[in-house]
Amino acid sequence: MAEIPVATTEDRDILCVEGLSLSFGGLAALTAVDLSVRAGSITGIIGPNGAGKTSLLNCISGFYKPQSGRVSFDGRDVSRVAPDRRAALGIGRTFQNVALFEGMSVLDNVKLGAHARLRSGILATMAMTPGARREEMRLREEVENEVLDFLEMEHLRHRTVGSLAYGLQKRVDLARALAMRPRVLLLDEPVAGMNEEETEDMARFILDVQEERGVTVVLIEHDMGVVMDLCDRIAVLSFGERIALGTPAEIACHPEVIRAYLGEEAA
Amino acid sequence: MLIGNYKETYAADEAILRTPATRVWTVVALGAALAFPFLAGDYLLYLVNLMGVLAIGALGLNILIGFTGQISLGHAAFMGIGAYGTAILASRFGLPFWITIPAGGALACAGGMVVGVPSLRVKGLYLAIATLAAQVILEWVFTNWTSVTGGIRGINVAPASILGFPLDTDTRIYFLILGVAVLHFVLATNLRRSRWGRAFVAVRDRDVAAEIVGVNLFRTKILSFMVSSYYAGIAGGLWVYFTKVLTPENFPLSLSIQFLAIVIVGGLGSIPGTVYGTVFMTLVPEMLKAGTGLVRGVWPDAQSYLFPLRDVVFGLLIVVFLIFEPHGLAEVWNRVKRFFSLWPFAK
Repeated sequence: MAEIPVATTEDRDILCVEGLSLSFGGLAALTAVDLSVRAGSITGIIGPNGAGKTSLLNCISGFYKPQSGRVSFDGRDVSRVAPDRRAALGIGRTFQNVALFEGMSVLDNVKLGAHARLRSGILATMAMTPGARREEMRLREEVENEVLDFLEMEHLRHRTVGSLAYGLQKRVDLARALAMRPRVLLLDEPVAGMNEEETEDMARFILDVQEERGVTVVLIEHDMGVVMDLCDRIAVLSFGERIALGTPAEIACHPEVIRAYLGEEAA
Repeated sequence: MLIGNYKETYAADEAILRTPATRVWTVVALGAALAFPFLAGDYLLYLVNLMGVLAIGALGLNILIGFTGQISLGHAAFMGIGAYGTAILASRFGLPFWITIPAGGALACAGGMVVGVPSLRVKGLYLAIATLAAQVILEWVFTNWTSVTGGIRGINVAPASILGFPLDTDTRIYFLILGVAVLHFVLATNLRRSRWGRAFVAVRDRDVAAEIVGVNLFRTKILSFMVSSYYAGIAGGLWVYFTKVLTPENFPLSLSIQFLAIVIVGGLGSIPGTVYGTVFMTLVPEMLKAGTGLVRGVWPDAQSYLFPLRDVVFGLLIVVFLIFEPHGLAEVWNRVKRFFSLWPFAK
């Protein structure tokens, strides 16, 4: 029997969020949120609408600057690191309402994910020096082999992203994030708006990313089936506070969680 | 009918000229360009030289606006920086054109770097105003820094020469302009296909996502401004050797607007579109001139309205294209090509 690759959840936290507070004007989006993510695990973030899930991801990827608290990645405090540098360190991400570069081809979108790890200067690329050319060709091969082939989208490579169906755009978004060769992948509602078949495809891709590449995944999702099946641990946010953290089984019967989702009386 | 375009290697798929037909047409076009000055009349040759210079400048603006989505109303002034840099190095220090033109480009590039700094903070209309300020200030400097620029009397420049052979006629300067233009179009095509070209377009399409995938917004915008104004500077340097006399009124705001019109009419973000736009916008005043000549019988004063009419038509063309053909002549040309490649099975 062929050996099945086993997910290697390590005993080490690769991503650590401590006492994170974020407010817009007087409105608190996040209040003293703590979250630690094991290397190699899949961690789910759930919560009602407006609970602060996307805000939390935005703080981790550096797009929002929290008023207090810190984010550390692989043992290093990245709270003051700019978003593009965090991407270069290995924090990749996809967006809730796909934020692709619509005027470009699928291939160019995916190649952009690799921008931060390419080295050619602008003059070298304009003159297409042998070095710049080699780098570009190597990138093309990497993108084809590691990403487009993996996500089964080679036939779409020259299509303009704006002309693709929503489900495929979500897949391009994931492809772009994978081209970053992230060590932590933040997914914001990866299966939202997808039909059952697309959802299953996406869930399989996420599992493959974690199992075959050892990428740590943090995902926000409303589809409880996906969250319960995929995640090793789940954090629950409600009104900007983390009200629970545990395994899917623990979360499913956690009284606070049931209260947040179903209201006071049900609990 | 062309039904597909298959490639066996990634290298072949990434090539600039992807089909045998485009390679043949490129060779034909280059051959025609080399034969052109010996066949064309004086005035046509003058116009084409003018188009060559303007196309390089317009390409720079297209890199900034079309690729990167950053507006500039000061493009003519950057052309001015390149022109003055070139003219001063040539007339005072007697340096040859192959030093003075790149030096002018470098000087304009440095200017673009400074003017690009506000682009991190301001976008759209506000950036337009900031660059408009650069245009006005630089025009003032060209006019009033008399000890350097020669003020309104301007600077006279000797013709460029190669090993003592002067490029003093329109035919001779044509080859210099052609060579520099072809080189810079190739450079821009390479740029567009590279990591930096992609980063430029990413900043245009969705700057937040660009930053999250690892593109440094500030550096990318500044680089775009620098490349853009470098192109303007090169165009300015060629302009000096083309007209041989340089005065401050060569680079007014209306030239910046004309560059904008070329880019919009030709096609935002399209490199070949820049050529179509330049040809079209250079011919518009000529057509107007011919038109006013035709109506002289019934409207003798028509000639005196030529210049105001030109500005009206430029403005009108910008608006009409933005509304009805936002991708410009490049898209029109693509439609024509598609029609013929699918004919007679589709229309």
